[in-house]
Amino acid sequence: MLSPAILVPAVFNGLMTGAVYALIALGLTLIYGVLHIINFAHGALLTAAMFAAFFAYKLLGLDPYLAAVPLTVLFFGLGYALQRFVIGLAGHGDDRNILLITLGLAIVIENALLVAFRADTRTINLPYAFDVIEIGTAFLAVPRVIAFAVVILVALALWLFMRWTDTGKAIRAVAKEKLGAELSGIDVGHIYAVTFGLGTACVAVAACLLIPTYYVNPTAGNAFVLIAFTIVVLGGMGSVVGALVSGLFVGVVESLSGLYLGESLGQIGIFVMFILVLLFRPSGLFGERA
Amino acid sequence: MRALAPIAVVVALLAAVPLVTASNLVLNFLVVALLTALVGQGWNLLGGYGGQYSFGHAAFFGTGAYATAILQVRYGVNAWLGFAVGIAAGAAVGAIIGALSFRSGLKGSYFALVTLAFAEVLRIIASVAPITGAGVGTLIKLDLRPEALQFQSRVPFYWIILGLVAVSLVIMRMIEDSRFGAYLLALRENEDAAKALGVNTTLIKLGAMTVSAAIAAAGGCFYAQYFLFVDAGIAYGSWISIAALLAPIVGGAGTVFGPLLGALVVKTLGEATKLVAGDAPGLDLVIYGCVLILIVAFAPSGIAGLLRGAFQRFAAVKSLRPGQPHG
Repeated sequence: MLSPAILVPAVFNGLMTGAVYALIALGLTLIYGVLHIINFAHGALLTAAMFAAFFAYKLLGLDPYLAAVPLTVLFFGLGYALQRFVIGLAGHGDDRNILLITLGLAIVIENALLVAFRADTRTINLPYAFDVIEIGTAFLAVPRVIAFAVVILVALALWLFMRWTDTGKAIRAVAKEKLGAELSGIDVGHIYAVTFGLGTACVAVAACLLIPTYYVNPTAGNAFVLIAFTIVVLGGMGSVVGALVSGLFVGVVESLSGLYLGESLGQIGIFVMFILVLLFRPSGLFGERA
Repeated sequence: MRALAPIAVVVALLAAVPLVTASNLVLNFLVVALLTALVGQGWNLLGGYGGQYSFGHAAFFGTGAYATAILQVRYGVNAWLGFAVGIAAGAAVGAIIGALSFRSGLKGSYFALVTLAFAEVLRIIASVAPITGAGVGTLIKLDLRPEALQFQSRVPFYWIILGLVAVSLVIMRMIEDSRFGAYLLALRENEDAAKALGVNTTLIKLGAMTVSAAIAAAGGCFYAQYFLFVDAGIAYGSWISIAALLAPIVGGAGTVFGPLLGALVVKTLGEATKLVAGDAPGLDLVIYGCVLILIVAFAPSGIAGLLRGAFQRFAAVKSLRPGQPHG
């Protein structure tokens, strides 16, 4: 029924969308893997980063791909501070409290953006937003190709960081055995904050990759984050490789189901998939930490 | 029956308000606050007593609201009957979501996540399905007769919502004194231990969720009848899920009066914000979010916990002889 001429570009496009999903999911899974909390503020932080990228372009004329550099640093700092001075202190180390704190942060950030910028939807027009690259029979939009490449680079950089640097090793140590890490002199509070900062930095990069082809309003980030939740659960909570692979997978599934079912069903499809994955994924995945 | 005395006093005091003032402003404020208290009481049973934090109580509130509205508008069902069916429908949704989640062993963040997702799915379905009026919503026809559960004045509505809150307070007190309540507290404190002692934790959680959903749904039914309008953003929106957990957390989760206390405080804050800063959309939620963080940070047992602590300190100081050091 569908010829390769339609199918191949759909798969390519799905992979490229999926890459950005994967990056958002990467931040989420990183935080879960080390801190064992689901960060409900992830979506609001993504929205905030998208606004930042939007205004960097509108006010300073900064190209989103260039803005990614300062924004990544800025959001790393923001994430670090949030964990160190808000979540870490206010949560009292109790999982239920931390859950409420990240929800509270999400409410505050999302609605502060609503108060500041109203519900208006904003877009930017980049001169090259509609350029395409031709690969065989497929035409690929330049911003998506760039996004795909950047995500691969970020994932690689993150992997190298975790593998070879002292901080990266400390993060892995804390994720594996918190008490042991603490006893061997690792400052767990600092490592938690660094991890949260890295997760938030992932969101800043994702925002800069999204803004050339997507819109921003105070709830723009939420759609992506529910997809990211799906990806994280699908790939296994805390697994970085799992997040990357299932991110690409979800992107392709979404693209293909859009082809067969139409766009409007796509939104519900993601949620249904999310609920099914949460409910019927074999146990073990759901094991709470002791 | 002595345990019910405080409830009787509080309800009697609130019931007297319309006798003192006829101000629509005051009554409207109290109706909304009591509605929040009711939905919050639903959350409190599952979250406060059972320790299962739901981020999607809108799923039950919205089901109650839509059921009441749709039955009247599309099927000509009597409003009072629609109200009762709405509560049952909300309870059924709670039982279904609970059965799916608890059988899969979802707890903590996962439970919060899955309840949130269910509420969102229902919101999206309600915003496209023809039966709910899709994007336009459902308008209940004005019919100011008590048989149609509509009244000229706000006072009967006020007494109805107060009656519902009173029932929820009594239910909560009875649950506190029951075996079911003891099991619920046990599984909140340590689920594995409760299980090891032979408590069927899945069944207990399911029961708590069903009653919790029914209470939240009653709030939804009342909303539909009071405002005569329901749409997807109102019924299944995150605002009500947030209000449902904010009231008990602020007032004191796992206490009978926590949700009522919290709802009054939170709504007062919301109104004060509007007075000071104008009616900018989202501003009240910014305040609520800050309150949530501050309460969790500085008063994890809510206002009830603060009061209890202050009372105990007061009693301790009084029992000391003058000049004796204390600390």
